Amino acid sequence: MSEKPRVAFYWCASCGGCEEAVVDLAEEILKVVAAVDIRFWPVALDFKKHDVEAMPDGDLTAAFINGAIRSSEQEEMAHLLRRKARLVVAFGACAQLGGIPGLANLYTREQILSAAYKESPSTVNEEGILPSVSTRQNGYQLHLPEFWKSVKPLDQVVQVDYYVPGCAPTPKIIQGALAALLSSEPPPPGSVLAPDHALCDECPRRDSKPEKLLIPRFHRPHQIAAAEDTCLLAQGLVCLGPATRAGCEALCVRGNMPCSGCFGPTSRVRDQGAKALTGLGAVIDSSDETAIEAAMEGLPDPAGTFYRYSLAASLLGGAVKRA
Amino acid sequence: MQTVMEQRITIDPITRLEGHGKIEIFLKQDGAVDRAFFQIPELRGFEKFAQGRPAEEMPQITSRICGVCPTAHHMAATKALDALFGVEPPLAARKIRELVYSAFVVEDHALHFYFLGGPDFIVGPRAPKAERNVLGVVGKVGEAAALRMIAIRRRLREIISTAGGKVIHPVLGLPGGVARRIQPAEQEEFVKIAAEAVDFCRFSLDAFGNIVLKNPSYVELIQSPAFTHQTYYMGLVDAQGCLNFYDGNVRVVDPGGQEYVVFPPERYLDYVAEHVEPWSYVKFCYLKPIGWKGFEEGPESGVYCVAPLARLNACQDVATPLARQAYQTYVETLGGKPVHHTLANHWARLIEMLYAAERLAELASDAELTSPDIRNIPERVAGPGIGIVEAPRGTLIHHYEADEKGLIRKANLIVATQNNSARISMSVDRAAKALVRGPEVPEDLLNLVEMAFRAYDPCYGCASHALPGGMPLVARVWTAGGELAATLRRP
Repeated sequence: MSEKPRVAFYWCASCGGCEEAVVDLAEEILKVVAAVDIRFWPVALDFKKHDVEAMPDGDLTAAFINGAIRSSEQEEMAHLLRRKARLVVAFGACAQLGGIPGLANLYTREQILSAAYKESPSTVNEEGILPSVSTRQNGYQLHLPEFWKSVKPLDQVVQVDYYVPGCAPTPKIIQGALAALLSSEPPPPGSVLAPDHALCDECPRRDSKPEKLLIPRFHRPHQIAAAEDTCLLAQGLVCLGPATRAGCEALCVRGNMPCSGCFGPTSRVRDQGAKALTGLGAVIDSSDETAIEAAMEGLPDPAGTFYRYSLAASLLGGAVKRA
Repeated sequence: MQTVMEQRITIDPITRLEGHGKIEIFLKQDGAVDRAFFQIPELRGFEKFAQGRPAEEMPQITSRICGVCPTAHHMAATKALDALFGVEPPLAARKIRELVYSAFVVEDHALHFYFLGGPDFIVGPRAPKAERNVLGVVGKVGEAAALRMIAIRRRLREIISTAGGKVIHPVLGLPGGVARRIQPAEQEEFVKIAAEAVDFCRFSLDAFGNIVLKNPSYVELIQSPAFTHQTYYMGLVDAQGCLNFYDGNVRVVDPGGQEYVVFPPERYLDYVAEHVEPWSYVKFCYLKPIGWKGFEEGPESGVYCVAPLARLNACQDVATPLARQAYQTYVETLGGKPVHHTLANHWARLIEMLYAAERLAELASDAELTSPDIRNIPERVAGPGIGIVEAPRGTLIHHYEADEKGLIRKANLIVATQNNSARISMSVDRAAKALVRGPEVPEDLLNLVEMAFRAYDPCYGCASHALPGGMPLVARVWTAGGELAATLRRP
């Protein structure tokens, strides 16, 4: 019998970036393989759902689940892994917050299907055919899974013990998270396994961020040539560093682009978008309404900007849905 | 006793094509395959929720379609934005983009060859399943070579993260240029990595030559009718008609190898159309002037093919010296162009990998790479924006329309695997018909059916095959009464 911790990796509605993030451990992945016994990882191993079903409840030390939840199949797997694992870890922004696919909650399922199969200019579909859950083809019955009306983060479906943030989590964050979980004194349940302070604190441009930040207006990234050594917020770009958890080491800023918030909020903030909105609203150097309106031209999509990764988890939740 | 009217073999999941892929095989009463369906059971709705978002965010938002090939979506979107905002990037920015893109093509192709598709050939199509995986590949090519592969992929991905901030979902692309300059010290490092990459790609081609091409049974398998389809082929070419991943016109050749059309990206709607079937979430692309004639091959059917095999058929030449040599050997060995053998994709992929590495080396040593002139600032929305790149898995089209504020009104995305979806379906159907005789199906035969789609490198599958095991596979044989007659499992 293996003495090593037994773990599972699973993905739901995701892009594969979280799987690639594990591969990006590169040579270090050999140490992970040496430290744990991987019992389920469909993308790399042949263990199947029935192998998981056959495990005694609580047999797995931890299940790492990435991706959001959008179908009954995904929810069923989340429940199964919850039963079999003593710890469930929401891995990556989609599992933690819904992620970018959570922006789909701005629209109805019918609108999404219509855009893809009827309105697309390259689609020829005079009969208005839509993929359907059950259809007969040449006399044969074929089935497809059904989509739910909205995208949910993992903890709206099962209890989650830990979160690994990021779109995607970086190798350093993954290694740190594994070390924390394997240590003799694991962090308190509910923890996000990353530093608990704002990104600005670890930003290489931190020293150029003014004590009291005031800007005349926001700019969109394509409208200015941003200096490569100065605080992007001070240059008028909507950088979510102040409202976002640290841990990525400011990768996007190192690429001379503003933070878009993929690490989610710190533990002191319930709603990342609301925090960002309040914080950024205060930096506009005017109290005149017309001037503020002009300043906000550089921020034409507040919902999609402040809730880029967290719409599905936000206090707004599904309420943002349009008619 | 009940009479068996219909029998079905379900293979689910076969691989992760942005979620799942599923094969349904229906058997006739005598056990022969009547029809196999290849289904994609997932849709995430990017085209809809792009609406209302600022256009300049598309390179970041659409990269989340795929975390394995985010750079392809990022770059197609960025090029579409150049057109949408009517702004050309300065030469240095263009070179930085293509540099990043070349590094991406090499690391992505390497991932497929060593982790996913390669084991079928390097280890063997009907080798014991326990060996038919990346560890089996390590056994054949040696541990040192495997560690070298992991290291070179890591180094190539460092190029992307240096220039693009992140490697999984990079951020370099802006309409009219790139966000960040390249520093001279970084360039020195890029030159070294590129030289290592060229060496590694030559090694990979040699290994393929020694292990696969010197084995007559493999060559026979590659050329067998079960894995052959005569369709149209599509790929980007430069002004000289040479293979290009980053830019150019789309060239299509007919099943006889003659040029059917060459069109610039902005005319794609004249030539590419999508057909909807009620049994799959993926749409089936075809050549619009020829029309959708069903899952048929030949010049009368609009079905076409993309990705390595198709690109080497669609181009007239390969511009870099070592890859050109390899390309000529490939064409001669397989009896001239076009090459219709689906499994030749693996060989074509390695030739492309060498081309991309050579191109990377050219760009890495380009004096202009460190120029500070990397941005032209756009002034207004100029019209619709269409951007096309060759993703590792085929032609990738991003099409945007925006309002005067630059907010997206409409997005249309034709992703690489989708271009191939009709031919993949046909390949699975043909392989199943040629190889499967039910209801008792030896499971190593099912791997041969899997090989029919795996050769295309359908998107997603490449993520993280760093551990033992092939792709998970369960096939169930059903009777018409819905009773489970047998379950086959690949251990």
